[in-house]
Amino acid sequence: MPETAHAADRRDAAWWVDRAVQILVLAGGLSAIVFIAGIFVFITREGAGFVFDRFDFREFFGSPRWTPTSSHNPTYGALALIAGTASVTGLAMVVSVPFSLGAAIYIGEFATGRVRETLKVLVELLAAIPSVVWGFIGLSIMNPLIIQVFDVPVGLNVLNAGVILGLMAAPIMTTIAEDALKAVPDTYREAAEAMGATRWQVTFKVVLPAARNGLVAATLLGVGRGFGETMAVLMASGHSINLPTSPFDSVRALTATIAAELGETAAGSDHYGALFTLGIFLFLVTFAINFAADVFVRGGQRKHRRRGRRPAASANP
Amino acid sequence: MSVPVQASEALDCAIEVEDLAIRYHGKLALSRVTLQVPSHEIFGIIGPANSGKTSFLRAINRMDLMTAGMEVSGSVRVEGRDVRSWRNPYALRQRIGVVFPLPVGLPLSIYDNVALSSRLRGMRKKADLDLIVERCLRRAALWDEVKDRLDSLGSLLSGGQQQRLTIARALSQDPSILLLDEFSIAVDPVTTMRIEEVLAELKSEMTIVLVTNLVQQARRLASQTAFFLTGELVEVTETEAMFEGGAQDPRTTAYVEGKFG
Repeated sequence: MPETAHAADRRDAAWWVDRAVQILVLAGGLSAIVFIAGIFVFITREGAGFVFDRFDFREFFGSPRWTPTSSHNPTYGALALIAGTASVTGLAMVVSVPFSLGAAIYIGEFATGRVRETLKVLVELLAAIPSVVWGFIGLSIMNPLIIQVFDVPVGLNVLNAGVILGLMAAPIMTTIAEDALKAVPDTYREAAEAMGATRWQVTFKVVLPAARNGLVAATLLGVGRGFGETMAVLMASGHSINLPTSPFDSVRALTATIAAELGETAAGSDHYGALFTLGIFLFLVTFAINFAADVFVRGGQRKHRRRGRRPAASANP
Repeated sequence: MSVPVQASEALDCAIEVEDLAIRYHGKLALSRVTLQVPSHEIFGIIGPANSGKTSFLRAINRMDLMTAGMEVSGSVRVEGRDVRSWRNPYALRQRIGVVFPLPVGLPLSIYDNVALSSRLRGMRKKADLDLIVERCLRRAALWDEVKDRLDSLGSLLSGGQQQRLTIARALSQDPSILLLDEFSIAVDPVTTMRIEEVLAELKSEMTIVLVTNLVQQARRLASQTAFFLTGELVEVTETEAMFEGGAQDPRTTAYVEGKFG
């Protein structure tokens, strides 16, 4: 027996709008994945020729000799470049972790009212300074300063690039770390304060442990930022191939090498492929760092959700 | 450095409140409260929501310091001394244990939850801490359930267990005053009865102020009960009298008989 349609059962405008929006957001979400995958495929394809024909694992990771333009014996040792990036990023973290954690703790736990709001806006403004401006500061302010203070011949070195990169990464790390602190429920703070804990004891004994995952994630994202930063490092590091032995050695970063050399190479040449191989390496490292940060953030969220559920569930017996 | 406590002559009053008024951002939440809480007794406070019960507790341990917009006028004397004359309010709060309506298991291990207060005061010796943790968990009637998993997270206990953990944590402060704010809101009836037994034992050692939304709970535990209504203290009466029709104000009688609220 055929069912007669209910009078109210028809697909009205709201139904069609809902369907259209669902398809639109699905397309938006998919496109993000497609673009990332597309970038990876492109980089891999461009680097593939080099990786299969010319790539020598021991040379790439073991030799500091990067002489791709040598006419008789080009070598592609990336060790010095990796060391350059690693040393600059490492120093940057030494600079930015205390600054950003301190700022986040002040904004999140100590400052109140207008001071707090002003600081938050300022920090976000700092995060918007273009990297070339930071590079310019490295060149024109840090460079003479380092020469003068430390009495060294060149001021464009690991120290310069590390400090510049650290200052550059600090605002975004501060913002993320402050979010992590904000995710800690106020009831924890109140409970601890009611016990007679001082503000600092509350922060140190209760809030920081509770926010630990988010803070680690903030640091990892800062590392990822440092690893991938190009322009500021290119301008401030001295851009000379070196295995650094002191903070006053000039170095060259992976990213800066690609930026500086890619325009000079013939598409499809070994040099071209080698630069893309550096790109693959960078991509994998930043991917790993971001993935790790994500895992930490998720770990933190799960803990909070479980904490949040308990009292609510038992509130209605 | 010890702060001299001016012992008042009448030490049988743990808390004396005179003409207390509390405002939030200028808006009056509680006014004209004058009452005395005798030592080593359970003092009940009943009243419907928004009657100012919680604000009253917050004024006692100086939570106004950390609450934006909260102003307190009048005087609150704890053990004979005005709470606002304490130069170190943290030391005052250590003497006053607080149990909140929803249990707050801090995201630390069960052991660390109970040891926190002692550690904040600089106690480091494991043996001493062990002793305190076991004693407080036993007194809060939680020890048998958690003694084998003191290392697991306190925030993962059930609601009733977390509330007993909160009480153990408050006891670890070795307080002379214990403030309970509707502790049974998120606790099952069986656990509530166990906690009530614990409280009845504790009153020999400390003064307990029990804010409750269950009038029968006040009747079971409190020797005196105050009735708060829309930001005012209606009356303070011997609990038995209040429930036997001896209340001074008809609104109190109506409330305890369940006619409103």
